[in-house]
Amino acid sequence: MDFSLNNEQQMIQDSVSKFILNDYDFDTRRKILASKTGFSQENWRLFAELGWLMLPFTEEDGGLGGSMVDLMLVMEEFGKGMVVEPFLATAVMSGGLIALAGDKEQKDDYLPRIMAGELQMAFAYAEPQSRYQLNNVKCRAIENEGEFVITGQKSVVLNGHHADTLIVAARTSGATNDDNGISLFLVDANHPSVKREGYANVDGHQAADIWFDNTPTLGLLGELDNALPAMNNIIDKATLAICAEAVGAMEIAHQRTLEYAKTRKQFGRTIGSFQAIQHRLVNMFIEHQQAKSILLMAVLKMDSNNGSDAKALSAAKSRIGKAASLVGREAIQLHGAIGMTDELDVGHIFKRLTTIQFLFGSTDAHTKRFAAL
Amino acid sequence: MNLNFTVQEKDFQQEVQQFLQEKLPKDIAEKTKNALHLSKDECNQWQKILYKQGWAGVNWPVEHGGTGWTPTQKYIFANECAKAGGPDVIPFGLKMVAPVIYTFGNEEQKQRFLPDVLASNVWWCQGYSEPGAGSDLASVRTTAVKEGDEYVVNGTKTWTTLGQHADWIFCLVRTGEPSVKNQEAISFLLINMNDPKITVSPIITIDGRHEVNEVHFDNARVPAINLIGEEGQGWTYAKVLLTHERTGIARVAISKDRLVQLKALAQTSPDGDNKLIEDAIFAQKVAQVEIDLLALEYTELRTLSAISTGQAPGPESSILKIVGTQIIQAIDELYVEAAGYYAMPFVPHQFHDDFDGQSIGPDMATNSALRYFNNRKASIYGGSNEIQTNIISKAVLGL
Ligand SMILES: Cc1cc2nc3c(=O)[nH]c(=O)nc-3n(C[C@H](O)[C@H](O)[C@H](O)COP(=O)(O)OP(=O)(O)OC[C@H]3O[C@@H](n4cnc5c(N)ncnc54)[C@H](O)[C@@H]3O)c2cc1C
Ligand SMILES: Cc1cc2nc3c(=O)[nH]c(=O)nc-3n(C[C@H](O)[C@H](O)[C@H](O)COP(=O)(O)OP(=O)(O)OC[C@H]3O[C@@H](n4cnc5c(N)ncnc54)[C@H](O)[C@@H]3O)c2cc1C
Repeated sequence: MDFSLNNEQQMIQDSVSKFILNDYDFDTRRKILASKTGFSQENWRLFAELGWLMLPFTEEDGGLGGSMVDLMLVMEEFGKGMVVEPFLATAVMSGGLIALAGDKEQKDDYLPRIMAGELQMAFAYAEPQSRYQLNNVKCRAIENEGEFVITGQKSVVLNGHHADTLIVAARTSGATNDDNGISLFLVDANHPSVKREGYANVDGHQAADIWFDNTPTLGLLGELDNALPAMNNIIDKATLAICAEAVGAMEIAHQRTLEYAKTRKQFGRTIGSFQAIQHRLVNMFIEHQQAKSILLMAVLKMDSNNGSDAKALSAAKSRIGKAASLVGREAIQLHGAIGMTDELDVGHIFKRLTTIQFLFGSTDAHTKRFAAL
Repeated sequence: MNLNFTVQEKDFQQEVQQFLQEKLPKDIAEKTKNALHLSKDECNQWQKILYKQGWAGVNWPVEHGGTGWTPTQKYIFANECAKAGGPDVIPFGLKMVAPVIYTFGNEEQKQRFLPDVLASNVWWCQGYSEPGAGSDLASVRTTAVKEGDEYVVNGTKTWTTLGQHADWIFCLVRTGEPSVKNQEAISFLLINMNDPKITVSPIITIDGRHEVNEVHFDNARVPAINLIGEEGQGWTYAKVLLTHERTGIARVAISKDRLVQLKALAQTSPDGDNKLIEDAIFAQKVAQVEIDLLALEYTELRTLSAISTGQAPGPESSILKIVGTQIIQAIDELYVEAAGYYAMPFVPHQFHDDFDGQSIGPDMATNSALRYFNNRKASIYGGSNEIQTNIISKAVLGL
């Protein structure tokens, strides 16, 4: 057993950490959120230059590794800065699906452009009725003279508004919640039959609702009717990524609250001198530590099992969700009113910790999945 | 001991129901039911309707235009309002400054201020907290120095809810010498905000709203006749106000109605091919909050019953704020859970009356996270839950 990082891993962590500290402070992030695209194209180019967009891919696919440890290192640091650039949507999810399910031609076409930071993508899977059930797909793809056309709606598609190319999960056979009969298609996001309504999420990330109306595709990705295993695999990987992000975010939430409790004075003493507050800060600390531990458990189990271990992943998402809930709420409460202001970062960390709790399946949904596996 | 309403109480219940059906504007009810915020005009519109009916001063003494209702009647009124979507009145005038004025003010002040409060002709806000004085309210630093028949006021109040709409602000200010002990230096002053020496600047909260403000006083001159009672007694008045009115602080009626609506929502919300209510974990969480709320309702009823038999509210009344806000926040969280992915989009523009674009998700869903964020305040303001806990431990348990 050895939990220490090797040289390469240490270098990744250092470089992302340095970027967050020097170039992604809270004010910079605010400006990015207020900009037209809601994320920084300049940062995106930088991510490409630094090779971070290659991290989710194996060397075989032209990447730099693709292990869960790498993903964890990047995302934990991203969590500390609440990075809103679409790393998850483009590189982890969409790139990941192409790497997993694509043929050689598709890989050669898309992966280099993703890694070079030249292509924005989004994975459209959730629908208004589906909640967290990946197999629940109503959006239909119908074959017409050898070509598929897609009709239906997708909900809250991360990076959906800025993507050049979409990967759409559509039903090619069977009933709405059949495991079989789902296929993935590459779709030109700018096709006139695609209607996109973009917005920012409460956590600052960009998203869109998307409507397809007899939309032609750029091709089938992976096997016809059998996309569910790949979808599960990628959503699990994305889930691991946000688990790591949450662990980073919790660390900062705790740190800020601790610093505040040591300086804020009421009744002539620091609020951190009240035992009631001390115990709460200790509980936040314990939650963060437990979250960090179970994240490591999932990362190591997934890495030792070809990148997938659904039970370990669901254990991590469930436990980290519980921690994120407590740490986020306590960070606000212990700050008092100032914690609720838009001006301070704690409130924003709290919001991201809130959305992470139900993104890719709520805490309860993952507890249930853990029990069932 | 019995639970039943008397014949008169049942008649009263019908009267309230009929009033709400006839007089409560449908658009206001709809917004309230959806937990959307009301505009200044909408708040005033509803409060003026209550005033016309003679029901604006629920807790006021009859001689000043109050309802003279029994605690049971107040309970019935609160519950019927919540069910029908009748919004809470803005508390600062009707429920906060008015009791101070009719309890501690002089005749002239009562005549000058109370009628306009009752009729919602003026908007009041509360100027207690300061950047350095939150939980430790007695450490306020805003000063009021007497010069002739005026006070000259300097300092900063903060977190002033809806101060941007306000005509008047009631403040805790220091009138004593700096050497005087905090509590004995504090006075209660009513200040007209229509004064260029007073500036109100917005503070945006995490739900993206402008609800609170910072209020600066830069040599604002306030007529000395606006002082309530005596100099140095402000702390006593403020405390009486805080312990005076426990009824309604737990917001049981509103939480009850929000749970009813949540269950209805879960009956129709899709969870794949099922409905959300069929999810055993979700259903159990809802049930747990409902059970907690039942206990709280009976804690509140015990308080009401004690008051109605002439006793002082017992220790159980101190529990109302803590548990009431825990339940409000738990319900908010369940709404977020029910919304799933549609809790995420930040689209408050689509709640506006004149929005005619493409709506993203159901309003109930896209409003849920904002509501959850906003109501983090419930455990912070009005004496934080930690401070309430300290009060119970000292005053009730003798620790
Ligand atoms: C089953 C059992 C087996 C044990 N075996 C052994 C043994 O083999 N050898 C041995 O030496 N001892 C043993 N102990 C004793 C054990 O170490 C003591 O019970 C323990 O140290 C607590 O002391 P106390 O019981 O006197 O409680 P107290 O110290 O009187 O504490 C009472 C309560 O007050 C709390 N408290 C105390 N101080 C603070 C503070 N500053 N802040 C917040 N809370 C506080 C405590 O947490 C506790 O809840 C055993 C105890 C049990 C129950
Ligand atoms: C949305 C909102 C609206 C508000 N509206 C108004 C308004 O209209 N008018 C007005 O005057 N004020 C208003 N307030 C202010 C509110 O009353 C204060 O926020 C509250 O009193 C807490 O003060 P603080 O925020 O300075 O926190 P602090 O007092 O700094 O407290 C920070 C944390 O320390 C805890 N703490 C402090 N002392 C102790 C102790 N002795 N033991 C244990 N824990 C302790 C607190 O509970 C809190 O968790 C509003 C606040 C909010 C959030």
